[in-house]
Amino acid sequence: MNSQTPLLQVTDLAIELLPAEERPQPQSLLREVSFEIRRGEILALVGESGSGKSLTSLAIMRLLPDVLNICAGRVELDGRNLFALSEQEMNSVRGRRIAMIFQEPQSSLNPVQTVEQQIGEVLALHQNIRGQALTEKVVALLEEVGIPEARQRLSWYPHQLSGGQKQRVMIAIALACEPQLLIADEPTTALDVTIQQQILQLLDSLRRQRDLGILLITHDMGVVNAMADRVAVMRHGDILEQAEVQSFFRQPVHEYSRMLIHSLPDRRHFLPASQQPPLLEVDNIQVWFAQRKGILQRIAGYTRAVNGISFTIRRGETLALVGESGCGKTTAGRALLNMEPLAGGQIRFAGERIDTLSQKAFKPLRKRIQVIFQDPFSSMNPRMSVREILAEGMVALKVANDPQELEQRMLALLEKVGLEAAHLDRFPHEFSGGQRQRLAIARAVAVEPELIICDEPTSALDVSIRSQVLGLLRNLQQEMGLSYLFITHDLSIIPHIAHRVAVMKDGILLEQGDTQQVLTAPQHAYTRSLLASVPEPIATA
Amino acid sequence: MLAYIIRRLFYAIPILIGVNLLTFALFFMVNTPDQMARVQLGDKHISADAIEEWKSQRGYDKPLFLNTADDSGGLLTDTIFYEKSLRLFVFDFGKSDEGRVIGEDILERMWPSLALALPTFIVGILVNIIFSLFIVMFRASLFDTAAMIFCVALMSISGVFYIFAGQYFFAKLWHLVPISGYLGGLDAVRFLVLPVIIGVISGIGGGTRLYRTLFLEEAGKDYVRTARAKGVSELAVLFRHILPNGLIPILTSVVVVIPSLFMGSLLMESFFGIPGLGSYTLNAIWAQDFAVVRSMVFLGSVLYIIGLILTDISYTLVDPRVRLS
Amino acid sequence: MIKPVVLWSDVLIFILVAFMAAFFWHLRSRPLTLKRWRSVFHSHTGVASFVVILFYLLIAVTDSLHYRLPLDKIEGSDDVHYSQDVRSLLDDILHDLNSLDETTYSEPFSLYSFAKINMQDDSGGVYRDYPRLASAGSHLQTEEDIHADIVQRSVWGLALGLMISLLIIVPHWLWRRRYAAQSSVPWVTAYLTLAALICLSAWALLLGQVYHIFGTNQVGGDVLYQSIKAIRTGVLIGTLATLLTLPLAVVLGISAGYFRGWVDDVVQYIYTTLNSIPGILLIAASVLLIDVYIETHPDDFQLVAVRADFKFLALCFILGMTSWTGLCRLLRAETLKVSQLDYVHAAQAFGVSHARIIFRHIMPNVMHLILISLVLDFSVFVLAEAVLSYIGVGVDPSMNSWGNMINEARAELSRDPVVWWSVSAAFALMFVLVLAANLFSDRVRDAFDPRFH
Repeated sequence: MNSQTPLLQVTDLAIELLPAEERPQPQSLLREVSFEIRRGEILALVGESGSGKSLTSLAIMRLLPDVLNICAGRVELDGRNLFALSEQEMNSVRGRRIAMIFQEPQSSLNPVQTVEQQIGEVLALHQNIRGQALTEKVVALLEEVGIPEARQRLSWYPHQLSGGQKQRVMIAIALACEPQLLIADEPTTALDVTIQQQILQLLDSLRRQRDLGILLITHDMGVVNAMADRVAVMRHGDILEQAEVQSFFRQPVHEYSRMLIHSLPDRRHFLPASQQPPLLEVDNIQVWFAQRKGILQRIAGYTRAVNGISFTIRRGETLALVGESGCGKTTAGRALLNMEPLAGGQIRFAGERIDTLSQKAFKPLRKRIQVIFQDPFSSMNPRMSVREILAEGMVALKVANDPQELEQRMLALLEKVGLEAAHLDRFPHEFSGGQRQRLAIARAVAVEPELIICDEPTSALDVSIRSQVLGLLRNLQQEMGLSYLFITHDLSIIPHIAHRVAVMKDGILLEQGDTQQVLTAPQHAYTRSLLASVPEPIATA
Repeated sequence: MLAYIIRRLFYAIPILIGVNLLTFALFFMVNTPDQMARVQLGDKHISADAIEEWKSQRGYDKPLFLNTADDSGGLLTDTIFYEKSLRLFVFDFGKSDEGRVIGEDILERMWPSLALALPTFIVGILVNIIFSLFIVMFRASLFDTAAMIFCVALMSISGVFYIFAGQYFFAKLWHLVPISGYLGGLDAVRFLVLPVIIGVISGIGGGTRLYRTLFLEEAGKDYVRTARAKGVSELAVLFRHILPNGLIPILTSVVVVIPSLFMGSLLMESFFGIPGLGSYTLNAIWAQDFAVVRSMVFLGSVLYIIGLILTDISYTLVDPRVRLS
Repeated sequence: MIKPVVLWSDVLIFILVAFMAAFFWHLRSRPLTLKRWRSVFHSHTGVASFVVILFYLLIAVTDSLHYRLPLDKIEGSDDVHYSQDVRSLLDDILHDLNSLDETTYSEPFSLYSFAKINMQDDSGGVYRDYPRLASAGSHLQTEEDIHADIVQRSVWGLALGLMISLLIIVPHWLWRRRYAAQSSVPWVTAYLTLAALICLSAWALLLGQVYHIFGTNQVGGDVLYQSIKAIRTGVLIGTLATLLTLPLAVVLGISAGYFRGWVDDVVQYIYTTLNSIPGILLIAASVLLIDVYIETHPDDFQLVAVRADFKFLALCFILGMTSWTGLCRLLRAETLKVSQLDYVHAAQAFGVSHARIIFRHIMPNVMHLILISLVLDFSVFVLAEAVLSYIGVGVDPSMNSWGNMINEARAELSRDPVVWWSVSAAFALMFVLVLAANLFSDRVRDAFDPRFH
């Protein structure tokens, strides 16, 4: 093998969506995509959802679904054209020469096969290892990817493993036959930040030990910065720019690349703490869920989702409630909305207790406390027009009574969140994710609330949209004097929005304080590990 | 697990009481014992004495739910509901209106029913799984489309048509098997071949189509993509990954009917003259023998509930993700 | 003058048609649902099967306009008395078919009876032979003309059918070219299906005037007439059985899923209990009881048609009772899922009332389940009717139904040579309807079930 030839050479790859009954013309999804990967090198393929980066990876593996067609281009592995191989020859490339790991370890493992069966399958297939030797090899692989007590875990099923462990098993499957190229399609997106960091480190060390070429597909510029040797930026099926990682961050050529880079946090500017009187006071609240057991389904114990947390939000202030999935932060938000019964503690809003109110007595407060959800695709009824969606809250809470006033208000709202009057009669599916989140914001501020609980409002959005939505939230805060409880797992956006931060884990608050203080001088070890897993800020020229 | 089963059995009690109340209400609210006697005795001009006698012989001369006349503790027990319905809970089915012991009849007729229903059930599932796998192997091809249209056509044909056609060609025209009838022992095979084949064929359309959908649903999942990325061949993906996962919903969905196989098939047994519980029930319906119909309703409900419990248990056996609590 | 008779099932079928029209009208302002329906009608099978179903529905509707004809006036009295015989518009359209009365079985297109009887020859001697049919082919000069006559009438019938089809299709095509050129509905398939149905009808009507296309039954009635009359029974049982118990399934299923807690427990108890009773036994027992009820209340059912109609509706209701639990369970599960979605939480955060949330947020988003079960159950019920009639717990024997025809076939098929035409006609007409319904429901399910996307 000539070490000069690149490991993988993709030349002028083009993919189209085949015509169907309702769509007579083929639709071009990928155009003239070219790049190369050398041994031991990580190429980051960066882009937002729908940019075609996953399609590229599937095309290299020749695993595209039937409706997609590779209409031009070459893919060469070590000088061998993969598109010229028979399906059988290709099967001896997949898993042996090129391996792949996917975004969702949850669904990417076969739920009814044990860990040993799934790793063993690829070894038996390509290296013809059987019996005891196979078991030993699987154990060695599991140990290499950092699974503790590997021998006991052989007979485990995927659902018994944690998310990070599942991704480790996926990596073990991928590396079992010592491939030359690894395609990692958003390998850490579905994982919590601390786990994310571990998986990335694992990939990095494996690449060094094995001289592995990695095609790393990601949307996260922090991951790119930490991991990649070279970067290729993709948008709408085209590669906009390719560069060495240092020069890319120093001097991005394309406007779009610049925008992506600037979506990274700037940890030097912080919002000053507010001096207004407190609006919401939460005192030691607890939310428990009963666990039932036995023949009579007696309550055997409680899952303490929220186990005594206290915080205060002042008028015009944003408190970021930070934690990883399952820490109870969303449940805490729901408790504030009187949607979960409290097992203990008190909630005061504008000085009055609200946790003891009945649903009916709480109704006047619904106008004052509103909510924005994470997923802009499930937060709006797909069968209602924008007009109906916006009007619903205003009518229910009697904010606007006659139709004319209602119409005026809706138009003003749309303008406020950067949408147009013509959008009023459209339906949610006609909008992009960012536009939908604007609509969700408009719906919440329509009733002129004082406090909005924002439950991960930006985590389902692409990075370029994210900062726009954060900007909108900040503007509205200044304009209307709003307070936010900003629930998030993403530390990188906190400097953009929060005055104060509270860090939550396993139902309790570990520490809270001004944003600057928590981010620059964290007191708790867990906060430090969270911060360590956030990509370093980029010094831009 | 054991606690779960015990709990489910406890839940079954109110359901069975509900079934009894419902059938009891259906039978006695509209159709009073007097009318039953008239229908059974079959004479328009019948004396009141004869009716009373018929009722007292069969225990229909008591109040329906509450016996207010009885002071010796029979307020609830000395009633038709208690005598006729609640006795069923200890599987005391009593006597039919013709005077035969229902429990003995059921025990005797259960076996021919099972001899027909069990092979139909097993062969049917196997054939449907094989056909659907074959179709899934050629998915999104012309063969797939043609097979689906064929399945829909098969589904659109009345089950009675299959019976008529089968009897006409196999029995009447070609004399391969007897038209109908039944003998015990090994001779039964001759009589059962045709109804089993017909039972299987009439189920192919719907079954194959449903299983194909289930397999295709599995084929679209992420772990199948993982298997392909491992370099597993298309055929091995189908048999090693799609099949075991697709079998889970198939097996667990058919388990519920297994206990009910004892009940037999009304249509098949009556067309082919098989003396099972299906034709027993049908004869009872024709003769308006409510004692038998009520017993069969109760038996059917019990078997259905057992089927539900078996379904839950079967999940734990075939799906490692499910644990009962 | 004639006296209209409105049976309860007539009312229901007209409500059904009106509801369908209103539904499609309402769709105009619902782009998401409209898009789904478009994809149903973009396929050839979807359009063709829809046309066939509409054709059956049209026959069922014309067969649901019932009236009684006045009897001749009794001398010296001004009172008008009406015939006990309830007729429908379809009876008048098919009058020519129904007017050819024979005495017993005869084969399709035959001029002779199927059974030999004793006859006297000119000299008074008795011999056994097949008698000539009373009315079929009575217009023929000689019996040898029959083949030429059939061919000639077929040609005329097809020509007439083609002409009528063109009269309908050409104006529509012109209108479409002018106003709706961009449609991607495969109209050609619709036209072809429609033309085929019209030609077939014209052919059948023209030949049916003088022959028995499907032969005659035991009492000499025309089998074609009988099997067409059975369409109303089939279509109604397919739709009403679901619709009559639909409110129950919707109300219980959605409230169980939305309110949870004890409501859910009660609903689950109800449907598990009902489900655990073997369906066919529940039907059999209930139908027997209805028979008893009718027997004991003869005053309420003076007309045969009214009695048959009552029994029919009761049967539909019972069939529905055995099947609503399935839909109820699906609705409960889907409501559980939908009520956990953010848009329901958002509505709750606005203090929107439960009733409004159910009607505005839950109902529209579980509607596809109702629709899918409606179209899927249709063919199940049409087929079930045949089996139930055989068991003796089906529709009233006085009502024309495929099940009743199949029931008679048991005796007919054991004759030698077999009488095959009556049961074949029933199977054929039933097959076409069920096939169309199955193909259509496939398309509807593909379009509406999120699992198929």
